[in-house]
Amino acid sequence: MSSSQALNELTAHELSDLLGRREVSAREVLDATWSRLEDVDEEIGAYILRTREVAEVQAAESDEKRARGEQLSPLAGVPLALKDIYCTKGIETTCCSRILKGFVPPYDADVIERCRQHGLVFIGKANMDEFAMGSSTENSAFGVTRNPWDLDRVPGGSSGGPAAAITASEAVVAMGTDTGGSIRQPASFCGVVGLKPTYGRVSRYGVVAFASSLDQVGPITKDVRDCALMLNVLAGHDPRDATSIDAPVPDYTQALRPDVKGLRVGLVKEFMEYQGVGVDAEVGEAVRGAAERLGELGAECEEVSLPHLNYSIPVYYIIAPAEASSNLARYDGVQYGHRSRDGSDDIVEMYRKTRDEGFGAEVKRRIMLGTYALSAGYYDAYYVKASQVRTLIRRDFDRAFEQCDLLIGPTSPSVAFRLGEKTDNPIAMYLSDVCTIPVNLAGLPGMSIPCGFSSDGLPIGLQLVGKPLGEETLLRAAYAFEQSTDFHKRRAHAIENRNGRRCAVSRATAA
Amino acid sequence: MRLTPEEVEHVALLGRLQLTDEERERFTTQLNSILEHFEQLAQLDTSNVPPMTHAVARSNVFREDEPSSSLSPEEALQNSPDQARDCFRVPRVIE
Repeated sequence: MSSSQALNELTAHELSDLLGRREVSAREVLDATWSRLEDVDEEIGAYILRTREVAEVQAAESDEKRARGEQLSPLAGVPLALKDIYCTKGIETTCCSRILKGFVPPYDADVIERCRQHGLVFIGKANMDEFAMGSSTENSAFGVTRNPWDLDRVPGGSSGGPAAAITASEAVVAMGTDTGGSIRQPASFCGVVGLKPTYGRVSRYGVVAFASSLDQVGPITKDVRDCALMLNVLAGHDPRDATSIDAPVPDYTQALRPDVKGLRVGLVKEFMEYQGVGVDAEVGEAVRGAAERLGELGAECEEVSLPHLNYSIPVYYIIAPAEASSNLARYDGVQYGHRSRDGSDDIVEMYRKTRDEGFGAEVKRRIMLGTYALSAGYYDAYYVKASQVRTLIRRDFDRAFEQCDLLIGPTSPSVAFRLGEKTDNPIAMYLSDVCTIPVNLAGLPGMSIPCGFSSDGLPIGLQLVGKPLGEETLLRAAYAFEQSTDFHKRRAHAIENRNGRRCAVSRATAA
Repeated sequence: MRLTPEEVEHVALLGRLQLTDEERERFTTQLNSILEHFEQLAQLDTSNVPPMTHAVARSNVFREDEPSSSLSPEEALQNSPDQARDCFRVPRVIE
């Protein structure tokens, strides 16, 4: 690390060393992060709620414990950005929806309890697509987030706020959720590392539900080592989530060996082209280059085909909205959240007005789609059919893993697109998750790491997919690749070069 | 299958949504184009394929039936838009 770097620009493991040697305090790290946030966030829009008072108490606690000589977690004192989807006791949680505006949870999510125990410092709640439904963070009820590499472009979604916060050094580590790519695609668009663990590896208790058979919590970080450190915090069995897996949690940092000799890696044909349409040329080139690099490092690479991945989009857009339409039935203006003040004395009218006022367009669209897919007469044709094809997708993965230890491909078919480019075309928006969606359908661990840049200087992500509970293999390959490249060391400078851009940015907003 | 605006209105009622005329029109167009996109699934023969409902194959997860702590009435009610006498208050449901 160079001495000119501000503390908030360091990785968590670099900070951990400095904090452990008491060369810096958690207070100083917080101050550096806060000053960056105040400098850039008006334009980036990564956060929708800043939690300075909470952060100050947490940083002070961390410093006091260290002064007393207590043994602390490697992440104690490290600034954390939270996607606004976790229940945080005493801190507003909105899922970036008007319907939850003002909701202050009376309890912590399991992952929040874990972060508190490890002494992470909560900087704030980061922006997201409403109820995690979207691929650009443009569906937030509280404004857009801009990509720190190019302020006219989206950061991806739905975890766009957390990814942008890491890229712009407005936090050191972040947490997102991933139902169809919502950690990996924004990590790819923002040039950072994102991991969606195996379904069940991390508890969903206290995480606002979107599609319960697909949702997983995971980290967004600056490099692979930080990702392993965060997974050490998040992973583990929780009896409060019946789908949580009761398996031992390894120390994931032990997997970080820059060695892939003999690892069998499959480049997935259907990740490179969906229904015959190839990914963007520069993305394809970067991913093939990454496969070659893994080969040079000693991995055995070959191309594999998983034909049923060509049906991922229809399967996902039946199953996810079906589950969402059921999960979102709880927002009815009775127990928490918004209630219409229209004064209707009919309860169904009250529900309908409340939900009309509270939900945005994409959420309504998915409730409609899911309700229709589950309704009498259509259930077999849509929901059951999609669930059967989901089995075929899982079987394709199982077969590929008989000959491969790891599958790779692009994280998204393109680099970050422009704000507003896809907002009027739901299917075009859905297609930006075409490489990530099948991994959720199969319940497998998936990861995105930087593997190149487009000619416009925008980051390209490499996706790695592992066997169930194969996070260590993912981390090992990701680490070996990262250590042999310097893509993760480049920093986004659009915000530093913003003089003269402010006008352009505000015009784009007005348009 | 093509959805009519009347069917869209029926689905909105089932989903407890209220649509403006403009939304009903837009959703009819958009949902039809999405449903058209779904039709490709019919190409696949799935007659002997079991549906996958979960990523982790498992049977029921049981726990001991023992009392444990839960939210207090104050905590449970703290976010409710309307309440009275330790209850959530709603428009009349029973005539």
